[in-house]
Amino acid sequence: MSIRVQSQPFDPGVELNALHAANLGVGAVVSFVGYVRDFNEGREVGGMFLEHFPGMTEKALGKIVEQAQQRWPLLGIGVIHRIGRLEPGEPIVFVGVSSAHRQAAFDACNFVMDYLKTRAPFWKKEDTADGPRWVEGRASDQDAARRW
Amino acid sequence: MIRVQYFARYREVLGLDGEQVSDEFASLDELRQHLLGRGGVWEVLAEQNLMCARNQELCSLAEPLQPGDEVAFFPTVTGG
Repeated sequence: MSIRVQSQPFDPGVELNALHAANLGVGAVVSFVGYVRDFNEGREVGGMFLEHFPGMTEKALGKIVEQAQQRWPLLGIGVIHRIGRLEPGEPIVFVGVSSAHRQAAFDACNFVMDYLKTRAPFWKKEDTADGPRWVEGRASDQDAARRW
Repeated sequence: MIRVQYFARYREVLGLDGEQVSDEFASLDELRQHLLGRGGVWEVLAEQNLMCARNQELCSLAEPLQPGDEVAFFPTVTGG
């Protein structure tokens, strides 16, 4: 398992291939990549700043990954989350999960993202034409996390 | 002594990223009530969707506190 919190961009393709190359018993890799959009909540977005809670962030992600490993027979998990200044089109988050068969990988990837969205201490501040604004939490994200 | 940290919008509204509080509190909510008692911008800690952590683990406001604990208050997280 690998967890990285970093300001540098990453290449999702490289991360995906690494999950497969690590173990020839891997029959399935499922991944999610989240990107910065240029539009949100009715406003154009010129970029954003991602704040986090150093120390707790890594612990929270570690705990989420551990829970996924306990619930599904996984062969590998990679989580990357960016921090700091981000431009539209840049990747923010990567979650990749490998397993022998697809269902565990699909479910675990979905679970990790739902938990990350509601339990990992990151906050987005968007730049809009009206100035910077903090992104508000969404009830739909809380609902998604409650499914598990 | 309790170390308290504030993040994101709360940090900006309070104009403070953290402080040491010397009184003793039975729970996180007791500490929060003490901070709310300062009035003015501190009202932000009354928000319904406030989140909190004790020693870098998410917890509820009912969480008991021990001297030396590290507490954090922050708005709903929005990563991913």
